[in-house]
Amino acid sequence: MTSIADRSTPKSGYQVVGSRPIRHDGVDKVTGRARYGADVRLPGVLHGKILRSPHGHARIVSIDVSKALALPEVKAVVTSADVPIVKDTLIDFGETMGNARLLAENCLARDKALYRGHAVAAVAAANPHVAEEALALIEVEYEPLPVVLNALDAMREDAPLLHEAMTTRSIAERWTRGDDTGVHSNVASRLRFSRGDLDEGFAAADVVVEREFTTSTVHQGYIEPHTSTASWAPDGHVTIWTSTQGAFGIRGQAAAILGVPEGRVTVIPMEIGGGFGAKTYVHVDPVAALLSRASGQPVQVTMSRTEVFEASGPTSATTIRARIGATNEGVITAAQLWMAYEAGAFPGSPVGAGAMTALAPYDIEHLLVDGYDVVVNKPKVGAYRAPGSPQAAFAVESVIDEIAEAIGMERMEFRLRNATREGDRMPSGMAFPSIGCVEVEEAIVNHPHYSAPIEGPNRGRGVAMGFWFNGGNQSSATVAVNADGTIALVTGSVDIGGMRAALAMQAAETLGLRAEDVQPSVGDTDSVGWTGVTGGSRTAFSTGIAVITAAEDVKLQMTQRAAILLEAEPDDVTFADGAFSAGGGKSISWKEVAGQQLRTGGPISASASSNPTRVGPAFAGNIVDVEVDPETGKVDILRFTVIQDAGTAIHPSYVEGQMQGGAVQGIGWALNEEYVWREDGSMANASFLDYRMPTSLDLPMIDTQIVEVPNPGHPYGIRGVGEVPIVPPMAAIANAVHDATGVRMTHLPMSPANVLEALGAVPPEG
Amino acid sequence: MPMRRSHVQTTLNGEEIDFLCEPRQSLLEVLRDELGLTGTKEGCNNGNCGACSVILNGRVTNACCVLGVEAEGASVVTIEGVAEGDRLHPLQQAFLEEAALQCGVCTPGFIVAAKALLDAEPNPDEGRVRHWLAGNLCRCTGYDKIVRAVLKASDAQEVTA
Repeated sequence: MTSIADRSTPKSGYQVVGSRPIRHDGVDKVTGRARYGADVRLPGVLHGKILRSPHGHARIVSIDVSKALALPEVKAVVTSADVPIVKDTLIDFGETMGNARLLAENCLARDKALYRGHAVAAVAAANPHVAEEALALIEVEYEPLPVVLNALDAMREDAPLLHEAMTTRSIAERWTRGDDTGVHSNVASRLRFSRGDLDEGFAAADVVVEREFTTSTVHQGYIEPHTSTASWAPDGHVTIWTSTQGAFGIRGQAAAILGVPEGRVTVIPMEIGGGFGAKTYVHVDPVAALLSRASGQPVQVTMSRTEVFEASGPTSATTIRARIGATNEGVITAAQLWMAYEAGAFPGSPVGAGAMTALAPYDIEHLLVDGYDVVVNKPKVGAYRAPGSPQAAFAVESVIDEIAEAIGMERMEFRLRNATREGDRMPSGMAFPSIGCVEVEEAIVNHPHYSAPIEGPNRGRGVAMGFWFNGGNQSSATVAVNADGTIALVTGSVDIGGMRAALAMQAAETLGLRAEDVQPSVGDTDSVGWTGVTGGSRTAFSTGIAVITAAEDVKLQMTQRAAILLEAEPDDVTFADGAFSAGGGKSISWKEVAGQQLRTGGPISASASSNPTRVGPAFAGNIVDVEVDPETGKVDILRFTVIQDAGTAIHPSYVEGQMQGGAVQGIGWALNEEYVWREDGSMANASFLDYRMPTSLDLPMIDTQIVEVPNPGHPYGIRGVGEVPIVPPMAAIANAVHDATGVRMTHLPMSPANVLEALGAVPPEG
Repeated sequence: MPMRRSHVQTTLNGEEIDFLCEPRQSLLEVLRDELGLTGTKEGCNNGNCGACSVILNGRVTNACCVLGVEAEGASVVTIEGVAEGDRLHPLQQAFLEEAALQCGVCTPGFIVAAKALLDAEPNPDEGRVRHWLAGNLCRCTGYDKIVRAVLKASDAQEVTA
């Protein structure tokens, strides 16, 4: 038998927080018992397959499904004609607001296919191979249109327009839709952050460095493809079993697209095989539901890996111009950024977040940040771990290193001299709360890796910082006391990387129990209150607050019951070490009170929700050693250290895991990963063989050091940890490559071919 | 059109079984859709990610790249056959203790692949483990804790043996 025993030591001052219990869902996940989205098996289930556009941009002239429908094995065929929503409808996606009509058109193209792989029609049959074959019987007449594949081309006045009616919105800050400028273009919106007097700032600088950086489209690369199983019952109730980071967001989106009241949609989140932000929007859920309505049977739709690459939501390719000035004494006087982020086929790139985060590690008096959200004929971008920040940090942290070199100042000394502190203003103008920027930078300087000798030719060391503001958002939790004194904990937060354990530990800490005394589970949309996505580095923090609040309520009720049993006044009863005590040496254990709950007033449970306002932002830094092969251009990672402020690490192993995983996604982004586009808008490398994510063989161990600057906005001091570790690696590696070769890399990925070209070893392509 | 189904006899997780499948169905489809063993995962369906790793006649194999009918007369071990009753395999125990999984969808493939390694080579070093597991993709962990778990399980096996 495997027990979920806690064999580690908690943080000083805590009983549970800081220890490393075995996660509650662990045994299911190492034995194959855990049920993920594609593991749903329903009686009479059909398999749905999706026909996708072979064109990067085309008008859909006609769709004839009659031959497919004539096959006796085919139970349903749907197209956008079956999608009820036709009007712009602003809905709450869970993390942000969005237009449900555009979301629906991303699920099934209406008038135009806007990217290669855009869904056009779908078929359901009992046999998945038959469904696949039936796709070939659907006749679609396309009128191909010119394809535009990068932001700079798309911003030209003569560029082909993806959305003829779209006009540019001008926004001042994140979350607002902004003023309509009335200008028709592929620029969905532009934003600006401005502070001080830029000319004055640059005039005061002794050194000004200006460079342009470009990054490629990259994918989150979760191993589990998108999958959804839907059952549309004869009474009109829709049930969806899906792989998502947020069941309530999927419910809201599906309801709006399907034209069904939200209360008539139940979303059951299955275990999720990775998301990194991308599994917060519907792709196949509405399609499965429409096929179910048409066939009268449940339908499962699972993407192939090629479909995941071509038709889910990767993150933006970008062009960023960074211009930063500093004095010879090492004071940054001014910074200017011009950022164009590709949104894919529909508006909504993370350029706003990039603008908010890019300069955050530095206190700068004069700055100007311009951002552009640009539609291109690529899949609509989704969120990817600290969306928008890694590209921006690649630019800014490269220039910061270059300035330090130019003025002859040690690179961390330069960063520390300008480091941002509590009360300083973010680029967006808001004041920083308690933050750990300086603490992380000092930890870098003091880390043995930073001062270790680096020997051998073609080797170099780089550092970089990264920032993510972290999310708050709302969550719900229910805590119930079992007769044996254990606790049942239900939240709406999907568990992607140990969240059950992190939440159970907070309940246990609050109630004076052990982590294994809490049985955490993930509720569906009918069994727990509204809860935002597991994303935005918000869940341990915000759902944690809901859990603690509910647990405090339960503790109060238990104290009142103990008072009855002890024949004392509740105010005279104290709880410590698992027992309630009153005056006169009277005492009763938690377990006994729990056992008596039905005879002292009824079942004990409490629900609570969170609406936190004091989110703790996070900083991270990397130290990396590389070796560059001058003959092949290959960059090897010799040593990698991640240093990050976690506020308080609830379960340090899973905090380290986030740091390591984020760093390695960053390493992949830095060195190999990119969508290779053909001129017609198709992707030349839509497989895991050719889209080259890091393997175990590509990497050393990833060292971690957790810095803890507690967040005063959480009872235990939690800061979100999931996203910020992906921010610094690209810049840190680029700085290391520069240290090794003297060459500054300004394009991602730093693949062998691109490095060789930069080294001057081969002429540029084409 | 649905195809005529073939009758296949095989040994699955130590038990002799038989099943019917279409000749075009992969072993992965058979395990998941015909036999209900959904612990073996599909990540790519073309042999690149290792999420569907099984041990076929003693060798780690991507079940998506083998036809179900090829299991005739063979021995197949899946993640469901790694633990003995309620006794976890040392690898499973080590994955839990080392926090070597996050989302967990690649985990069955890693454990099956690592089991094949430890069955053949009880004392691999870090480089050998990294080389052996290079056919299994994990996107959450960065592999650090997975490699540590396999090395720990190797030590644990030694103590038990």
